[in-house]
Amino acid sequence: MSKALEMDRASAVMAYDYDVMKEDFAHAGSASSDIKKKCREIGLDKEIIRRIAVMTYEAEINIVIHSEGGVITVMLMSDRIEIWAVDKGPGIEDVELAMTAGYSTAKTSAREMGFGAGMGLPNMKKCCDEFVIESAKGESTRIKMVIRL
Amino acid sequence: MQIGTLVELLGGKIIVGEQYSDKKIDFAFSSDLMSDVLAFVSEHAQDCVLLTGLTNNQVIRTAEMLDLSAIVFVRGKCPPMEVVELAEENDMVLISTPHTLYATSGILYGQGLEGVPL
Ligand SMILES: Nc1ncnc2c1ncn2[C@@H]1O[C@H](COP(=O)(O)OP(=O)(O)OP(=O)(O)O)[C@@H](O)[C@H]1O
Ligand SMILES: [Mg+2]
Repeated sequence: MSKALEMDRASAVMAYDYDVMKEDFAHAGSASSDIKKKCREIGLDKEIIRRIAVMTYEAEINIVIHSEGGVITVMLMSDRIEIWAVDKGPGIEDVELAMTAGYSTAKTSAREMGFGAGMGLPNMKKCCDEFVIESAKGESTRIKMVIRL
Repeated sequence: MQIGTLVELLGGKIIVGEQYSDKKIDFAFSSDLMSDVLAFVSEHAQDCVLLTGLTNNQVIRTAEMLDLSAIVFVRGKCPPMEVVELAEENDMVLISTPHTLYATSGILYGQGLEGVPL
């Protein structure tokens, strides 16, 4: 698959990476929590912080419950914030279906934690100004989310 | 409605965050699905109480992401210590009530506490 999505790290004023582990429910959310604190420190608007927190958290949980593990990257650029969620697979066979509100393949362990409404991807898309998802069966899932400042 | 009043109406108890019992809330949202909370509570989170039957740390994380500061656990549930600590770090009020989710929602709605506007 051609990688249409390229991360432009060189343009970032600040960049942070967070490893997110598969099925690590004890720590799930800690990356998002830290990102939220950093956003507060740099004095972003409250509503923008909330949007960033929601989409980062949904992305982080998806890596925990659906993937083999991955990385959340947050980059502060001159005019925007980019959040990337890149995992190690197993990928999504039908991305359009996955984006449908209510569609979920979450396992019992995830449902017991309160996930599996099938609302995560639609939520992420709604919270950001630009949303790109790239995935295929057997590939990594790569999501780019942009908030314009 | 003040949090203290809500606790009284629910015959509940404050697990942590007693110091916030004067705080006023305007809305409530009942759910065991965290993505629904994240999707529908957003704008009103600061003035909203979450009613839920889940007691794990992801409930606290969800509330943290939204700046939602009050959670009621139904059916007499009390979250484990590490969950309470995470809530305390985030200045939240945790409340436990013996009522079911349905009854809890009904009692508060009957007393004029509205659902979050969708
Ligand atoms: N990183 C990922 N890797 C593989 N599959 C994924 C990934 N993210 C999402 N999916 C697939 O897309 C579906 C929809 O994802 P979405 O986040 O919208 O809902 P959910 O995670 O199942 O439930 P919710 O987010 O409401 O708790 C998932 O059930 C899963 O099948
Ligand atoms: Mg999800």
